[in-house]
Amino acid sequence: MEFAFTEEQEMIRDTAAAFLAEVSTSEAIRQAMATERGYDAELWQRICGEMYWQAIHVPEAYGGMGLGYVEVVAMMEQMGRYLLCSPFFSTVCLASNALLVLGNEEQKSQWLGKLCTEGLTATVAFNGGVNRWDAQCVTATYRRDGDAFLLNGDYRYVIDGHTSDLIIVAAREEGTSGEQGVSLFLVPADTEGVSSSWLPTMDQARKQASLQLVDVALSAGALMGEAGNGWPALATVIDLASVALAAEQVGGCQQLLDMTVDYTTERVQFNRPIASFQAVKHKAADMMLQTEVARSGVYYAACVAQEALAGGELASELPEAASVAKSYCSDAYFAIAGDALQLFGGVGFTWEYDVHLYFKRAKSSEHLLGNGAAHRERLATLLLDKEDVA
Amino acid sequence: MKLSFSAEDEQFREEIAAWLNDNLTGEFAKLKYRGGPGDEHTFPQERQQWEKKLAEGGWTCVGWPKEYGGRGCSIEQQVIFFEEYARAGAPGRVGHIGEGLAGPTLIAFGTEEQKQKYLPGIVAGSELWCQGYSEPGAGSDLANVKTKARFDEASGKWILDGQKVWTSLAHESDYCFVIARTDPDSVAHKGLGFFLVKMDQPGVEVRPIEQITGTSEFNEVFFDGAECDAQDIVGAPGDGWKVAMGLLGFERGVSTLGQQMQFQNELDQVVELARKNGAGQDPTIRQRIARAHAELKIMRYNAMRMLSGQSGSDGSLQKEALIYKLFWATWHRSLGELAMDVMGPECEILEGGPYELSRLQSMYLFVRSDTIYGGTNQIQRNIIAERGLGMPKEPRVAAK
Repeated sequence: MEFAFTEEQEMIRDTAAAFLAEVSTSEAIRQAMATERGYDAELWQRICGEMYWQAIHVPEAYGGMGLGYVEVVAMMEQMGRYLLCSPFFSTVCLASNALLVLGNEEQKSQWLGKLCTEGLTATVAFNGGVNRWDAQCVTATYRRDGDAFLLNGDYRYVIDGHTSDLIIVAAREEGTSGEQGVSLFLVPADTEGVSSSWLPTMDQARKQASLQLVDVALSAGALMGEAGNGWPALATVIDLASVALAAEQVGGCQQLLDMTVDYTTERVQFNRPIASFQAVKHKAADMMLQTEVARSGVYYAACVAQEALAGGELASELPEAASVAKSYCSDAYFAIAGDALQLFGGVGFTWEYDVHLYFKRAKSSEHLLGNGAAHRERLATLLLDKEDVA
Repeated sequence: MKLSFSAEDEQFREEIAAWLNDNLTGEFAKLKYRGGPGDEHTFPQERQQWEKKLAEGGWTCVGWPKEYGGRGCSIEQQVIFFEEYARAGAPGRVGHIGEGLAGPTLIAFGTEEQKQKYLPGIVAGSELWCQGYSEPGAGSDLANVKTKARFDEASGKWILDGQKVWTSLAHESDYCFVIARTDPDSVAHKGLGFFLVKMDQPGVEVRPIEQITGTSEFNEVFFDGAECDAQDIVGAPGDGWKVAMGLLGFERGVSTLGQQMQFQNELDQVVELARKNGAGQDPTIRQRIARAHAELKIMRYNAMRMLSGQSGSDGSLQKEALIYKLFWATWHRSLGELAMDVMGPECEILEGGPYELSRLQSMYLFVRSDTIYGGTNQIQRNIIAERGLGMPKEPRVAAK
């Protein structure tokens, strides 16, 4: 048992932190978030060409670096800390995971290769615009037409959906409900009948899109896995992405804590740094507690996610570990962001200071992939509703 | 990061699980799940026998070095020991202050003579210890100790006068480690000594404190000319604070994992009740149960981080260790409230008169002390902010 980063993992984390401190400055974030695309394409190409982050946990056989999910989590933590504007989450934590979990050899070779080596971006679309993230959120439908499929439906909350080259969509067979009848398909963005548009968001540093499918005809080769049995795999993809998102939340918590300690130590009122007042210190202490607890939850979930992808006895714990991490981190991030804004006082309310960027990210990531209450209800179902619990 | 245990460690797990299964039977069966915090007043004699039984099996002081009679277990094996111990429902240890606090302090700071004199009794489960720190005027401000120790040249002994309070297990203990002022003119953390005091002597009086539960685990201890041999001071006169603070580090060891298994047992009971009485259908109760479950899981991961990580090179605690007490104490207090809310109106009804509390009722009342003893939540937040985050100290009022 060794519940700590290895030296190599620490190096990866520190390298990422150093790079991000340089490229994801407040000015850079603000420039990127003001664009419809939402990120600096040149910087993304640099990340893909020099850092190879897009390939981090993809096996070497598909052109990746062959590292694990702990490394993905270590990177996401730093991206959350520096609020990097990039299609990393959508491409790596959603689409690559979907390919790894459900793609056949041909699909993996073709698409993971493109994502890793050609700088293409991708995302996963599944939510039809409802406030839940279980199987009922899949509302788009498909109809079989011989070996082929005809898809129709609308999606919302598609991360980077307006800029992705590849969109993996979930749809359900007409007439099905719940976890039955769900399938996933590979849909290049330029496929006929596919249209997407940018949805302006309160958190401008992560872009969302709506997606519309009108009589999109797909061949059998576009189907991932077995038709109608895609929900368990999609649930795993959502869990894996939730773990990554929780790591991003931890990074945000840490940054807000550091910023708040620095600011309150410099800010003098009543002839004292306000950080010397217990009313301020105790809030900061609670922020640190929440940050460290969140981090412990995420690191454990990262180990579980790694085994879920690569095999291992912890694999079956993924739904629980993901919900533990996402519920705690979602609440912690928003609470910390609120406290940070409060402790910054008036300047925390301005556009000029960066606090609002994190405050907005905290809310957007809280609701993406299920908020704290939704994930706790999932845990409650595991604990309270099964007939025979050990 | 790697979370699995080695085959050798899993074999160790089987060994301790089997031993507990074979021995926590017969006269000891009634001790299952008893004697934990809030329940320490129960079965004192039987639990002392159990302590000796453990010792016979070689299951006391598993983390101590072999040269001092321990088992020399690795951190992983200690984790396994405490997990299996709690999983089996084995009773609260009457020897935990000796094993977890007094012993490690002596191993770190004691003389060879002190080690030879005191460690074997702890290992054998035959000599029990208590901790004499807090005083009526030294609670959160622990360094404000007034108990005095003066060296009597004639008898060659230290003579102690003063009062300690909140001393758990004092009435059952053979020895007490006491911080007392060796320099009468000193203030705060200077001029203190760390003494090993025999409890069975005319100058020591123990008076139980009746608690919110109607039971007594904590005591007042009065020293009125109590004697302590010259060789029974740990460190030099004046070093007491350093020794005492070193000891606080031991309080955050692997035994916390055993504590978590006890928490798990309590939460399981609450969940089971909620499933049976319908409270588990209430959306707000469901949220609270799920939160308690999630946070207890993370408490375990946090402890694993604490155990896997290295302390700072200056011996400072890591951040995950600094937040640990505040986290578990607050969690446990909430669990007490949750337990009562799951019980609903039934939470009022006792097991019997005049004041016979059920396990959950007793827990609910007792956990109010968790956020007070061992550093209140407010003191913990000061420590976290000042040591963990480097925030400036509150300006102090000069001592009178």
